[in-house]
Amino acid sequence: MKDFWRRFSRNRGAVVGLVILLLVCLVAALADVIFPGSPWDMATAPFMPPGEEGMLLGSDSLGRDVAAGIAHGSRISLMVGAVSTVAALAIGVSLGALAGYLGGWVDDAVMRFTEFFQTIPSFVFAILLVAIFTPTIGSVVFAIAVVSWPPVARVVRAEFLSLRSREFVQAAEVLGKSRLAIVVTDILPNALSPIVVLSSLMVASAILLESALSFLGLGDPNLMTWGFLIGSGRSVIRIAWWMSVFPGLAIFLTVLALNLVGEGLSDALNPRLARKRGGAA
Amino acid sequence: MDVSRRGLMAAAGSAPVLMTVSEALAQGVTPRRGGTLQMMLTPEPPVLQIGVNQQGPTLAAAPKIFQGLITFSPTLEPQPQLAKSWTISPDGKEYIFKLEENVKWHDGRPFTADDAVFSITKFHVELSPRARAIFTLIETCEATDPHTLRIVLKQAFQPFLLMFDPTACAIVAKHLFDGQDYRTAPAVQQLIGTGPFKFTEWQRGNFIRMDRNENYWKPGQPYLDTIIYRIIPDSQSRRLALETGQVLLSQASDIEPFDIPQLRSRPNLTVDTKGWEYFSPLSWIELNHRVKPLDDARVRRAMSMAIDRNFIINRLWFGVGKPATGPVASTTRFYDANAKIAAFNVREANALLDAAGFPRKADGTRFSLKHIPLPYGEIWTRLSEYLRQAMRQIGITLELESTDAGSWARRVGNWEYETTINFVYQFGDPTLGVARTYVSSNIQRVTFTNTGGYSNPRVDALFEEARTTPAAADRARLFSDVQKILVDEVPQIWLTELSFPTIHDKKVHNVITTGLGPSKSFDDVFIAG
Repeated sequence: MKDFWRRFSRNRGAVVGLVILLLVCLVAALADVIFPGSPWDMATAPFMPPGEEGMLLGSDSLGRDVAAGIAHGSRISLMVGAVSTVAALAIGVSLGALAGYLGGWVDDAVMRFTEFFQTIPSFVFAILLVAIFTPTIGSVVFAIAVVSWPPVARVVRAEFLSLRSREFVQAAEVLGKSRLAIVVTDILPNALSPIVVLSSLMVASAILLESALSFLGLGDPNLMTWGFLIGSGRSVIRIAWWMSVFPGLAIFLTVLALNLVGEGLSDALNPRLARKRGGAA
Repeated sequence: MDVSRRGLMAAAGSAPVLMTVSEALAQGVTPRRGGTLQMMLTPEPPVLQIGVNQQGPTLAAAPKIFQGLITFSPTLEPQPQLAKSWTISPDGKEYIFKLEENVKWHDGRPFTADDAVFSITKFHVELSPRARAIFTLIETCEATDPHTLRIVLKQAFQPFLLMFDPTACAIVAKHLFDGQDYRTAPAVQQLIGTGPFKFTEWQRGNFIRMDRNENYWKPGQPYLDTIIYRIIPDSQSRRLALETGQVLLSQASDIEPFDIPQLRSRPNLTVDTKGWEYFSPLSWIELNHRVKPLDDARVRRAMSMAIDRNFIINRLWFGVGKPATGPVASTTRFYDANAKIAAFNVREANALLDAAGFPRKADGTRFSLKHIPLPYGEIWTRLSEYLRQAMRQIGITLELESTDAGSWARRVGNWEYETTINFVYQFGDPTLGVARTYVSSNIQRVTFTNTGGYSNPRVDALFEEARTTPAAADRARLFSDVQKILVDEVPQIWLTELSFPTIHDKKVHNVITTGLGPSKSFDDVFIAG
């Protein structure tokens, strides 16, 4: 574990990313303390520029506090990112493991099924799903999970394909371990590092997807999200730039932080790759 | 800048916004021939044949090509258009219209009373539900000579004349439509009318062009050579087009309310909120009375009292429009200023709900309702977001559901909603535009009927009596009575009297002179300066 931290912290970008990510989590956790009450409450006059009337980041077209919106929105964004990634991992890992371990016609069937999903542009597919199931937080998470599992399935399958013929797996088979036990206790732990790296990037792309859906008005209308903030600020950008700029900055920083952390994880979990790349600064 | 222009600017700056021809002349602005007026049309209509399409954009552009028998002043007094005069018999049943004699269709054929008979008894009766409902009252409609139209009603119907403006009953050419499917006749694409402008070109997604009708029946008019409607889908681009002078006039919902304060401050632009007196759109929270506890008048009254309508007008619509005071807009005939809904008072609203048997639960809420924001643009979403906060103050949770315009109309039409937002045109008279929302005989699975399901025999009786009473004074009394009942029962929670500013360059004159705003023929509009 100590080794892991050493390798992770050698990538300075990853450390910066981790700090930003922790800050975002802190803001999400303390949103109710810093900005008590609902972020939908009209706190002041509309279109107050940042710094005026006690509005740190200005107010929106109804006089709502943009800063409160961003703080409360971070909860939804992180939550959507986390839940949809877990759901996508659940689908992707089980299908990938099935295909990679069993091979043969199962592999063929699962991979054709995966390709079917990969041929549909994921954002268009997500819009379609949300539009069909009416925009609620549940349908948004579902749509994001459905469009983001195929890469997981492919990565896990590739790992399983290479691991299943290794000696330790053969040994386990000879010992008479059940297939499920081999998959879960022997192969999966060894395939974990690419999954961890991939999932940090998936959280980032899920946050972006949710924001894009909310921006188009397909978010849950009862929840304050970053995409909603930008979407509602878009048409008034010439009057109130702060309405779109600050939530945009929040998305940018969070997604950047997740990507940096993902890279750091990749370095820390694959030390040989990192060294080949030139020791990662 | 030349001298005459500066003189004009000074004059226009000090003068009231509205100018009639005579006022313009008095200020030394003589109507000037020539020029191209560029405007915008949002959204682009599918066809411009009035009747085949009755949506806002068509109603705004088509009256340049098609005309009605009459039109209306801002106080809703009838004014001549194709009919130069008319008489109504004392019993209110017989209408005789004397038509203009030297009117020609754009294809050169003469306009006669037969065209009017065809338009009234066939064309609009088949195409427009609104016309069908009223024109079924006609017993005979005939051309007594080529320029005289006689209509006899089965019973007196005082608001009858309001059905003859170009947006309700545009006169179309009989020789182009008779015996054909009106919706697919070639004339629907060619657009032959009697108006001051001839349709010349339509590049889909780009512009619609109309040119001066050289044979227009009013001598010397129209003043403009060309009218061009640009199609600009993005609201910020529309604002830019107006600011840069690429277009000289914006109408209806071309410009978002939040852009209006900035445009007001530009010295070369005039922002005119008049011209919607005929339509008088009234917005409200549409309640489905089949959903408990919305069938309880005390609940509806409490909800109404929890809403700060001044906030809506000032903060959301930036001062454009008026807080609603009841079911009839203040610009509609027979509005009773004494029948008013209870004022904004959160404390009393809470007390009312307590008394009605809906105490606050442990979490501070009383009950929750679903709400569909009107999917007609951002401002309506903001309105619903405000209402959700307002209802929270009295312990009612509004859960917002998103829909698109198609599903909104379907769900409201099928009564599959709890609460939503709606706005409805009043067409100048409560019988035409108000009664339909409250009378129980109009509870239908169709949008813009009594979809809420409100039913009160007394209200039904009053509206029915007012419909058939010939004397205006008697009708006023009946409508006052019905308004008093309605403001007490609050079947729908009226919010605002909407008005859509017409913004135009000060060098465009005579823009708003009727109660139909930009939906007029523009034969007297000119560009000078």
